Order: sequence, then structure tokens, then C-alpha cells
Amino acid sequence: MKPNRPVNLDLGTIALPLPAKASILHRVSGVALVVAVAVLLYLFDLSLSGEAGFARAGELLATTPAKLVIWGVLAALIYHCVAGVKHLLMDLGIGESLQGGITAARITFAVAAVLIVLAGVWVW
Amino acid sequence: MVRAVTSFGRSGLSDWLLQRFTAVVLLAYVLCVGGILLFTPGIDYATWREHFDGTAMKVFSLMALLSIVVHAWIGLWSVSTDYLTVRMLGAKANGIRIVFQMAYAVVLFAYLVWGVQILWGN
Repeated sequence: MKPNRPVNLDLGTIALPLPAKASILHRVSGVALVVAVAVLLYLFDLSLSGEAGFARAGELLATTPAKLVIWGVLAALIYHCVAGVKHLLMDLGIGESLQGGITAARITFAVAAVLIVLAGVWVW
Repeated sequence: MVRAVTSFGRSGLSDWLLQRFTAVVLLAYVLCVGGILLFTPGIDYATWREHFDGTAMKVFSLMALLSIVVHAWIGLWSVSTDYLTVRMLGAKANGIRIVFQMAYAVVLFAYLVWGVQILWGN
């Protein structure tokens, strides 16, 4: 492999098509989830530490800032799961064409948006 | 020639497969815990505790925990080797990348220890 072969991977200069946007958001949500695991482990730990801890976790989750954080975590989780299922389906050869990729990205955004709104309703 | 010394399985194919296997485990776990939360609104401590005390659920939880570590390792490795590169950041990129990779290795190991402690220590 020639080390000086021409490449253009400067993402800032490339107009991202819809499937690329779906892909980069999958990555962004994944990185966010790595951080979110700390929040979830903390709450999980607290909720299983005893009656008092369980009640304390409930109190924490009743505040508006905490609800916003949890909704954010759920949004990242939902998007990552939906985009992940799209990924697995494409691995199986479903929707691998150019048009299929665009349609799959549209479906991913639509399904994730609906589920994220529903998650918001559930949190509040 | 070995170049992928910081990837999880030291092989692209192995990482590819592990990423998908752990994804399925995590999706199943999310649906399972999501189902518990969704279908038992106002759940009390005893019921919540009971759900996670059974051996089957403990095994499932541990599997999910290990899957988080592996899945996140492979994901963060992909992200770091795509964006923390000499082309993107210049000469200092190699140092930044290895520090980032050490950092997530420590964080993910801490998650593993913490999670085991929650599952068996409480």
C-alpha cells in the first residue's frame, strides 16, 4: 500500500447523504452511551442497595434535571438500538442497494423519533 | 505484520463478529429490563430486587455487562482509529489516540468491576 495515495476523508468537505448521517449519529449515540453507562450503573447500584436506596433513586428520578438526563440517555439508547437493527438487517443483505440504504435510513429516523417521543411521555 | 494491536480481538473479522453478537445480547437485555419497567409502573423495592436476584437474571445481567465492555471497546476503537489520526489531527494524533485508548480501557474495566459488585455485592 502506497503511503502517499490520494485520499479525501476530510468529513467537513463532504456533503453527507442521509445514510451517512444515520451512520455518524449511530457513532455519536454510541459514544454518548459509554458515558451514560456510568449514570445507569449508579442508579442501578442505588436502587438495589436497599429500601432507602431504592426510595432515594426514585426521588432523584422525580426531579426535572434528572428526567432530562434520563430522556437524553433513552434517546441515545433508542436511536442506537434502531440504527443497530438496521445494521444487522443490512448484514443479512436486506436493503443493501443505494435506494435501499436511503429508505432504511429514513425508516430508522422515523421509528427512532416516534420511540423517543414515547419515551419522553413515559419519563414525564 | 501485526498492526491492530489495540483492537479487541486482534482481528477485524473477530471484532466484526463480536460487535454483532454483543449487540444482540444487549438488545435482548434492553428489551427485557425495558419490559420490566414498562409493564410494572410504580414498581416497589421487593419486586425490583426479586427480578435481579434470580440466577438466570444474574447470568443475563453479567452477560450484558461483559457485552457492554466488548461492544464499547470495539466501537471506541473504531472511532479512535477513524478520527484520532495523523490526517485529522497532525503529528500528535498517535499520542492522543493511545491515551484515549488507555482511558477507555480503564473506564470499561471499572464498569466491569462496578457491575459485578452491584450484581453480587448488594
